[in-house]
Amino acid sequence: MSQILDQIDAETQKRAEPLRYREGDHVKVHVKILEGSKERVQVFEGIIIARHWNGPSSTITVRKVSYGVGVERIFPVYSPTIAKIEWTKRSLVRRSKLYYLRKLRGKKARLPEVRDAARPEPIKSRGQ
Amino acid sequence: MALGILGTKEGMTQVFDEETRKVVPVTIIHAAPNVILKQITADKNGYSAIQVAVGDKKATRMNRPDAGQFTAASEASGKTIGPKAVVREFRLSEDPGADLAVGNELTVGLLDGVKLVDVTGISKGKGTQGVMKRYNFKGFIRSHGTHEFFRHGGSIGTRLTPGHVLKGKKMPGRMGNEQVTTQNLTLFRVDAERNLLFIRGAVPGAKGGVVSVRPAVKKTGGKKW
Repeated sequence: MSQILDQIDAETQKRAEPLRYREGDHVKVHVKILEGSKERVQVFEGIIIARHWNGPSSTITVRKVSYGVGVERIFPVYSPTIAKIEWTKRSLVRRSKLYYLRKLRGKKARLPEVRDAARPEPIKSRGQ
Repeated sequence: MALGILGTKEGMTQVFDEETRKVVPVTIIHAAPNVILKQITADKNGYSAIQVAVGDKKATRMNRPDAGQFTAASEASGKTIGPKAVVREFRLSEDPGADLAVGNELTVGLLDGVKLVDVTGISKGKGTQGVMKRYNFKGFIRSHGTHEFFRHGGSIGTRLTPGHVLKGKKMPGRMGNEQVTTQNLTLFRVDAERNLLFIRGAVPGAKGGVVSVRPAVKKTGGKKW
């Protein structure tokens, strides 16, 4: 790829934090929302069930169950609307897409927790 | 016709718009400063234009008539203008003035404040293609016993009157590798430091292809895009 494109993509991907996001992480995503001219922060708390890793257009899918209804939101990880992401828990998962969680309810939808590290190490990703 | 700038298509990527916070698909065009090589005037040539050149080229790769153009431009301007790979003209509505003197450079700053642009390039060659891809024909009906005729163009004419196929009839053949202009593309950002243009959406041609970017002829751009 062209060096100029690499440079531009690197500028979009200035934040290194997204490299720590993993499937199975319980996270609180703080999203900036514009209401008229006022800005406020909304928190979306759930489990990362998928990562779509593709340079500046990388996204994560976060799933939560809200009043018995499953809600999934896809966040572009380098978007300026994401104020921050907090970890609440990490889980031991053995696959990269946790779509099987969609079929599970209640106790079965839990994931085994990894206790030792609250924040995962950054991972090497394509083009980084 | 307005003045534009020559550049090379670097490729496409996504960037975030700080204002709307939305993702924007952009084509990056690298437009190194264009050197004005020659003024073309109504008196001398019958029309008004400027000739610009961009992209360094080895002197040993130039043929003598072309090299002569650069020597002439160097002499006329008193600056050293090295051999360039691409030479194009931009038609102007009136004769070029002193601000467009030979040896001056056009930079991306030319398009500062411009919202919409027209981009001209050579489209990717597609080779021999059928009428469905080439001219967006609908093809033939899929049912009622059709066989081996799905992507055909159908009838190409009538019978004894006129007795021949009309000229210009759309048929299969070579597609692409021709000059294409995409009009009214949004100029998303001008990066004067690196000589880059960020244009929203796709632009004709392959990566590395030469394109010319001019302010839009038909619209001036009230909307953001």
